[in-house]
Amino acid sequence: MSESEIKSYSINFGPQHPAAHGVMRMVLEMSGEVVDRVDTHIGLLHRGTEKLIEYKTYMQAVPYFDRLDYVCPMNQEHAFCLAVEKLLGIEAPPRAQFIRVLYDEIGRVTNHLLNTTSFALDVGAMSPMLYGFEEREKLMAFYERISGARLHAAFCRIGGVAADMPAGLAEDILAWTETFPKVLADIEDLLNENRIFKQRTIDIGIVSAQEALDWGFSGPNLRASGLAWDLRKSQPYAVYDQLDFDIPIGKNGDCYDRFNVRIEEIKQSVRLIRQCLEKMPEGPVRIDDRKISPPPRAEMKSSMEALIHHFKLFTEGFHVPAGETYTVIETPKGEFGVYLISDGSNRPYRCKIRPPAFAHLQGIDFMSRGHMLADVVANIGSIDIVFGEIDR
Amino acid sequence: MTQALQDLGDYISAALSQEVLSTALPKGELVISVRAAAIGKVLMFLRDDTNCQFKQLMDITAVDFPEREQRFEVVYNLLSLKHNQRIRVKASTHEDTPVPTVTGIFSTADWFEREVWDMFGVVFSDHPDLRRILTDYGFEGHPLRKDFPLTGFVERRYDDEQKRVVYEPVKLVQDFRNFDFLSPWEGLLPGDEKAEG
Repeated sequence: MSESEIKSYSINFGPQHPAAHGVMRMVLEMSGEVVDRVDTHIGLLHRGTEKLIEYKTYMQAVPYFDRLDYVCPMNQEHAFCLAVEKLLGIEAPPRAQFIRVLYDEIGRVTNHLLNTTSFALDVGAMSPMLYGFEEREKLMAFYERISGARLHAAFCRIGGVAADMPAGLAEDILAWTETFPKVLADIEDLLNENRIFKQRTIDIGIVSAQEALDWGFSGPNLRASGLAWDLRKSQPYAVYDQLDFDIPIGKNGDCYDRFNVRIEEIKQSVRLIRQCLEKMPEGPVRIDDRKISPPPRAEMKSSMEALIHHFKLFTEGFHVPAGETYTVIETPKGEFGVYLISDGSNRPYRCKIRPPAFAHLQGIDFMSRGHMLADVVANIGSIDIVFGEIDR
Repeated sequence: MTQALQDLGDYISAALSQEVLSTALPKGELVISVRAAAIGKVLMFLRDDTNCQFKQLMDITAVDFPEREQRFEVVYNLLSLKHNQRIRVKASTHEDTPVPTVTGIFSTADWFEREVWDMFGVVFSDHPDLRRILTDYGFEGHPLRKDFPLTGFVERRYDDEQKRVVYEPVKLVQDFRNFDFLSPWEGLLPGDEKAEG
């Protein structure tokens, strides 16, 4: 054995670490400064969401979806509502679908703003975070104005959404889409050609298209590897087939590409938000079926049937015909699936949530091998993980 | 779309007549049931056959049916980017009969199988690293089984005297209430004319 041989050792990273984006523990086996193997320990935020949903009525299960990926709550409610609606064989009215899509895209912008800017923070750039959060706060205000809550909206309902948009909200969102591109351009100016940022991200954590498929990647991480796959285009749900947008793809599948794909997606989302506001029809926002959707408060004061319907819905809930479905939507992080089995009662028999970041985090091991310790942080930042949905 | 999936289902069951037990198309989603021991062969075929090209394994999960003889149903959700199709593969297994791992076919299966082991206790044979993944270090039991109580068995607190976290049996101030929502008015009473309607 030569004297210069480096002894390998392991480093414990987390569970509380600012670059871990949540509670994650990693045991890194290092030889010198180079990573040999990453053993990721997850589950520190496990709350048993799937088990809890089995004990709740379908309506009561919706707020659990906010608490999965708490950066874009409404997207996930949308997925669950679509799954239940599929089993019930109903469809939300057009205006409700437009509101859902509008807030899906607002959620996408908040998510990507948080991810891209905190990724920049991880690799040393602080200002984009401050710029980004100012805009995020405005989007949170839009969340609050429609649902009453900044984060855990609990706004989607099975068969529509909880309420119509309040007066003046559409104009304010439209005004925001006018000013926001300027801020985004500033963020891009700070990062895109920044020498330090490029040195930290280009050719780091390269994922080939083959690897991305093998490891079950989806969403921006898959697109950064050069595969033009977006569920909003390929398997359109809600009203995405009526909207016009492009799918940005990357070339090399490294951290820089993943970052750029997200930045470009923000721009496409702003386009989509504008289109939603333009095309949004008038009409009801909830299905007109009293067995599924509760009656308006005013009606309950005068109609006995409405009162009975209301009471039945909020105690027993509604029964969903037996069946099963695997319904997917494109959340900002990738393919979010809900595998729902109904046994004909008022509670789901099984509700499996397929979080996109679970598969992405698994890829950290192969992405980081042979890289420096500091590049592990860049990799974690670039794949966009939130532990609410990974641990469930 | 439905017709294409129907054809695909027929094609798969013809090509793998020994392995495929049944195909179905509920809600326009293709579902095939296979023998658990042959899951590796089936997924390999689905991945590599030119008419299938299911290059992505999106999800592995399980469902617990305590009343069935083969209690667990392991469910694989696959996606084909080329043909823009999805397929769901199901394999039933006993509590103590292992299912062959598919980590050699799809690398992503690693964590998903660990999760199924953790949550349901389904064993995957030849898995490279079958540890618990989501539950606590030293956890006992498999929480998503139907016979596992929602409240669990242990609770945790920081003991100031012992200066460490201690685990204790769950103490509930009020018993967990599980309401029976199935209405006695629907189809249960003899001679109830409304039940037929």
